[in-house]
Amino acid sequence: MKLNRKDILGLKDLSVEEINLILDTADSFRDIATRKRKKVPTLQGNTVVNLFYEKSTRTRTSFEIAAKRLSADTVNFVAAESSVGKGETFIDTVKNIEAMHPDVIVVRHSSAGAPHMLAKMIKPGVINAGDGAHEHPSQALLDMSMIRDEKGGFAGLEVAIIGDIAHSRVARSNIYGLTRMGAKVRVSGPATMIPPGIERLGVTVAPTIEEALRGVDVIMMLRIQLERQARPLFSSTREYSRFFGLNEQRVRLARPDAFIMHPGPINRGVEIDSAVADSERSRILNQVTNGVAVRMALLYLVTGGGN
Amino acid sequence: MKTIIAGGRVIDAAQKLDGPHDVVISGKVIEKITAPGRGRGGSKEKFRLIDAKDCVVSPGLIDMHVHLREPGYEGKETIYTGSQAAVAGGFTSIVCMANTNPVNDNQAVTGYILGRAKEALCNVYPVGATTIGLADQNMADLGELKAAGVVAYSDDGCCVMNAEMQRRIFEMAGQYDMPVLVHAEDANLAADGAMHEGFTSTELALTGIPAAAEEVMVARDILLARLAGSRLHIQHVSTAGAVELIRWAKKRKIRVTCEVTPHHFTLIDEDVGDYSTTCKVSPPLRSAADRTALQKAMADGVIDAIATDHAPHGILLKQIEFDQAANGMIGLETALGLTLLLVRTKKLSLHRALEMLTVKPAEILRLNAGSLAPGRPADVCVFNPDHTFVYNEEVIRSKSKNSPFVGWELPGKVYFTLVDGRVVYTGS
Ligand SMILES: [Zn+2]
Repeated sequence: MKLNRKDILGLKDLSVEEINLILDTADSFRDIATRKRKKVPTLQGNTVVNLFYEKSTRTRTSFEIAAKRLSADTVNFVAAESSVGKGETFIDTVKNIEAMHPDVIVVRHSSAGAPHMLAKMIKPGVINAGDGAHEHPSQALLDMSMIRDEKGGFAGLEVAIIGDIAHSRVARSNIYGLTRMGAKVRVSGPATMIPPGIERLGVTVAPTIEEALRGVDVIMMLRIQLERQARPLFSSTREYSRFFGLNEQRVRLARPDAFIMHPGPINRGVEIDSAVADSERSRILNQVTNGVAVRMALLYLVTGGGN
Repeated sequence: MKTIIAGGRVIDAAQKLDGPHDVVISGKVIEKITAPGRGRGGSKEKFRLIDAKDCVVSPGLIDMHVHLREPGYEGKETIYTGSQAAVAGGFTSIVCMANTNPVNDNQAVTGYILGRAKEALCNVYPVGATTIGLADQNMADLGELKAAGVVAYSDDGCCVMNAEMQRRIFEMAGQYDMPVLVHAEDANLAADGAMHEGFTSTELALTGIPAAAEEVMVARDILLARLAGSRLHIQHVSTAGAVELIRWAKKRKIRVTCEVTPHHFTLIDEDVGDYSTTCKVSPPLRSAADRTALQKAMADGVIDAIATDHAPHGILLKQIEFDQAANGMIGLETALGLTLLLVRTKKLSLHRALEMLTVKPAEILRLNAGSLAPGRPADVCVFNPDHTFVYNEEVIRSKSKNSPFVGWELPGKVYFTLVDGRVVYTGS
């Protein structure tokens, strides 16, 4: 099977078959990381451009390693965040990059929808590496890859996503992907961070974190950055950790075999207690290794690869 | 030489006239309206005949809310190009907002605009700012602006957040017997919002602007206008709640009027679809329920007028990321067609539609326009409600092309637009 699309813009429009194909392909790439020679010639002669309009060392590095392990040439662009007032639009910039004939453009942008706009206007494949608070498909796919690994599948699985749902692209992509695959998703967080109509995405909104956690198989905590919020959505980190943070007592509400995920980097003592973050149930570090395999799969599939 | 517009259906809401008539124009004014075929009377003098067979003959349309971008942003639109778009859309009078550069907050800028307007194809009436620089700090010289020729006051695009300042503006505008046109939107509730707050904004992860951002300001300004006893006009009403507040105020004889834009009664938040920046406007496109409420209020009279909020922008501010793109769409050449779509779907009578585009805005701003009564300026729009046209980029006369209606087939092809008795537009 091959992926019948040139772009990966989000989980919203991926089918069950496509998600399975990506996860299976990622599995097959995963063992490369444990080899001594970590390189395969699959994408030799291909050029992957990383176009980052927002600082993100972790995601960019992960895509860069993924491209290099597939033997693709990589070019990194770090651009200014706004095109307003430059006399050149975002599209102009990308058209210039297109003249280099890249095969894939990996784009991270602070504006929701920027990769979608791009994909419509250029020939090379576009992989969304995070657009505003909208989608972050590679992150959600690696979360899903880990969940599938540990739980054997998604059907009937109960997943709680806790935190700033309104401003989280990780939450949106996971909601789309997990519900599509048959998992049941609950979200919870401060009322100021739950966007209107979120239930229409097929999730339930739990009024308290305790209710969200009761009996779940997977706990997904979102990073909270109160100091970076432009608008006053919450009073203090102390209030946050007391009413919405994950501590040992609250973890006990979940199923005994439940595990905890976090897209990282974590804020110890804010959304998650240190002891919980370092506990056996935590899967925060493991997610980095899976990230490279999932991104290899995406690069491979959008350039026409298949199994 | 006289002109006779013959063979058409004359609809003049101001005179409650609707039927086959000839319209006789003498010089710059309407001479008389006669029975069909009688326009010439017994006279032997030469006249020019305009054949209005199968057409509606209406007073020239009035748009009480446009942005002409001159002075300051002539790359987007000028007073002249804006007037070209206006007459192509059947408009003979347009009212331009103060957010130019420099802002029209003093008599010199008003004088400049009126000077440039002499070359325009239609009547251009400027609106003066209520606060200097639209900055909500110091009140503009409202009396001097009136003396210089503005027809109303407005900080459109911005909202006067200081309620005490707004009270004083209403008091002075009341003393000068001028209306205040208000862009009712709480700046804090709407801060960095990119679209209507609802399920679609959640799906697209765009910062939402709740309906309440508009409604709290409509409520505040109704109460302040009552306090001052002056005339308030709410611009581009977009929510069901705002309509209810205005209905409440009208019942209590508070002096409030309002307008709706064709895009708000035609489109909804879902039309933003895949981040379509042409649908980014302020106030934002609202929900389907809001649109229904607007259409009902147009029919029952709570909404007085239709106005376009014609807002030209070039690609540097529109073909960019949605959250960074500018607000606004052009509207002068699609307003009549979109209004007639409501008539076609029986949501509005043709009579009421034309009333909202002619006599109502004229009454609100006290313009000598909007009627074909003898002695009035011969501003006329002749259109065929059954003939359609495809609105594409080649036909757009505005200097900017930012419209989501490009590609739409619209009814109401305009055949003749006359200003002061002169044919300024001929449709083919
Ligand atoms: Zn406005």
